Amino acid sequence: MPEIKALTGDQAVAEAMKQINPDVVPAYPITPQTEIAMTFAKFVADGDVDTEMIRVESEHSAMSACVGASAAGARAMTATSSAGLALMWEIVGVASGLRLPIVMNVVNRALSAPINIHCDHSDSMGCRDLSWIQIYSEDAQEAYEHTILAVRLAENKKVLLPVMVMQDGFITSHSLENVEVLEDSKIKKFIGEYKPHKPLLDIKNPVTYGPLPLQNAYFEMKRQQIDAMENAHKIFLDIGEELSKITKRKYYYFEEYKTKDAKAVIVVLNSTAGTTKAVIDRMRQEGKKVGLLKIRLFRPFPYKEVANALKDIKFAAVLDRSDSFGANAPLYSEIKNSLYDLTKRPKLQNCIFGLGGRDISEDDIEKLFSDLLKGNVSDKVKFIGLNE
Amino acid sequence: MVTIKDLAKKLEEKKFVAGHRTCAGCGIPLIVRTVLAASSKPVVVAVATGCLEVTSTIYPYSSWNIPYIHNAFENAASTISGVETAYKVLRKKGKIKEEINFAAFGGDGGTYDIGFQALSGALERGHKFVYVLYDNEAYMNTGIQRSSATPFGASTTTAPAGKVHQGKEEWRKDITQIAVAHHIPYVAQASLSNLIDLYNKAEKAFNADGPAFLNILQPCTLGWSYPMEKTIEMAKLAVESKFWPLFEVENGVYKLSYKPSKDVPVSEFMKEQGRFKHLFKPENKKILEFIQKRTDEEWDRLLKLCGE
Repeated sequence: MPEIKALTGDQAVAEAMKQINPDVVPAYPITPQTEIAMTFAKFVADGDVDTEMIRVESEHSAMSACVGASAAGARAMTATSSAGLALMWEIVGVASGLRLPIVMNVVNRALSAPINIHCDHSDSMGCRDLSWIQIYSEDAQEAYEHTILAVRLAENKKVLLPVMVMQDGFITSHSLENVEVLEDSKIKKFIGEYKPHKPLLDIKNPVTYGPLPLQNAYFEMKRQQIDAMENAHKIFLDIGEELSKITKRKYYYFEEYKTKDAKAVIVVLNSTAGTTKAVIDRMRQEGKKVGLLKIRLFRPFPYKEVANALKDIKFAAVLDRSDSFGANAPLYSEIKNSLYDLTKRPKLQNCIFGLGGRDISEDDIEKLFSDLLKGNVSDKVKFIGLNE
Repeated sequence: MVTIKDLAKKLEEKKFVAGHRTCAGCGIPLIVRTVLAASSKPVVVAVATGCLEVTSTIYPYSSWNIPYIHNAFENAASTISGVETAYKVLRKKGKIKEEINFAAFGGDGGTYDIGFQALSGALERGHKFVYVLYDNEAYMNTGIQRSSATPFGASTTTAPAGKVHQGKEEWRKDITQIAVAHHIPYVAQASLSNLIDLYNKAEKAFNADGPAFLNILQPCTLGWSYPMEKTIEMAKLAVESKFWPLFEVENGVYKLSYKPSKDVPVSEFMKEQGRFKHLFKPENKKILEFIQKRTDEEWDRLLKLCGE
């Protein structure tokens, strides 16, 4: 039977890792991810898992060791935040380029400078073009389930790409929630025995990992990577359906919350979706037609499906928790792209909020919905909660 | 003890094969083949970006008949720590039956400089692997730039000899002693000119119960600027002049591997190399004297450590 446990977002991920029982976990502490590594280290110390942890001297080495372990034929996982992800950036690209199915939890935190330990999405958005699958999580439950789903998706032979699972730093990672922990045996069966593709440790069939392809072959290899991402788009749903059978929850590219008859919709990632749902429930009681589109899969981005979900909406606000400084913010950019081929499309309002952990309140969201319902939409970016 | 005949036979085992594109006169392939020959078990290698990597794996070709991974420039040590840890787990789980050795290869740029932290971390964590440094004393792959291994006075493309500056103005970092300071079971300095010694050290390194570190001088015909047929001769002069002492540190105990029978001044080693040419101008006599003095001091310090 599934068990309800009081867990933080970080602990929920560690719980998922315990059930996955990866072979190798190289890890380095960074706030607000640290509790994942700490909680998991206790599982290792108590013999609850067979995992070997490598207490590396930096995140750069954490990802480097993940690459080595994964190429060797082991199931490898790690977790990081902010500066840690920035430090490993070069090797994040190596991991996907070598087609290694590493799973990494990213607990979203603002990038320096100025240094700040709280949530925004500048870290994971900063590497959205590095060929990692990106899954965003609303709460601890989703972070837990997405981590389990991620392993299967990464290791699928038609995919073989690393996966990043996001959750909001502190807001999710350090809040205690009721988390339904699924049965060990069911998760074990779902994850399955790892069968690595051309492992380095198969000494009878030696392989050269990471050769030097120049003008003659690099392009073709990148094309294969593009194809793998396209495969992931479909396979994400297949694996999600399989997981649904255990959890009875759905894993579509996004969650549509009361959008069917909505006039105004907010599009957002991670924990702010929860706040938005609370506001929607209240406003709906007042007869206001508002809804939410919560994006789960950001890479590969589900353009057609998003277009279809938004085509009948009059007004939509896209809320970004990071900016692209001189270009459209990451989520807004993708939503706008999705709508290009539609003849009838919603008017869009881009909002930037919550940088460096600035709180966004139910009142902020309600005001935004009210503005949208009045057709109060501008092509200028709205900064929510900014003192200016 | 291995004889030259035994070594020749061992080198027939083709772990690293012809077809690579190292320069004529390059000693790297000989270092790789000699070190790999010393492993009685199958070897898996990680190689840092650098001369060895770019010349041996130009796609779709590979000179490696053994499992090979190149990750990036600065992380051969952390990459092999991941591989070695994977091996430990998979062997415990019974998924791998064979015993395997692990080696990481890096040049001086990838070891003294950009890969320094990864190396230190891997040595401290005690992974069972051999780190092989082929030390050609500058960033040769990108065109002879100064590294912290570059010797005092050498002219490089980023610290060239000119009207005001006379090449590198800092003494090189002592990476071998830094490796020793990690209290790992085996550390050695070796040279291509003493191949049997190199082989024996590699054998000890593979048999060590924990991390091992080999620093091997790799004369570079291009970067040092000497005729390509003189690579072994350069390596020999480096040893004879005490510019490159051969020694080992086994479980903390120092041992001198070779004591030159006569005093050869460092200038004998330097004079045939274009990188030191400017130092032989009369106005730079003081620099040469300084190099000799400091080399003598370091040799004396090493003799003491070795109990000589």
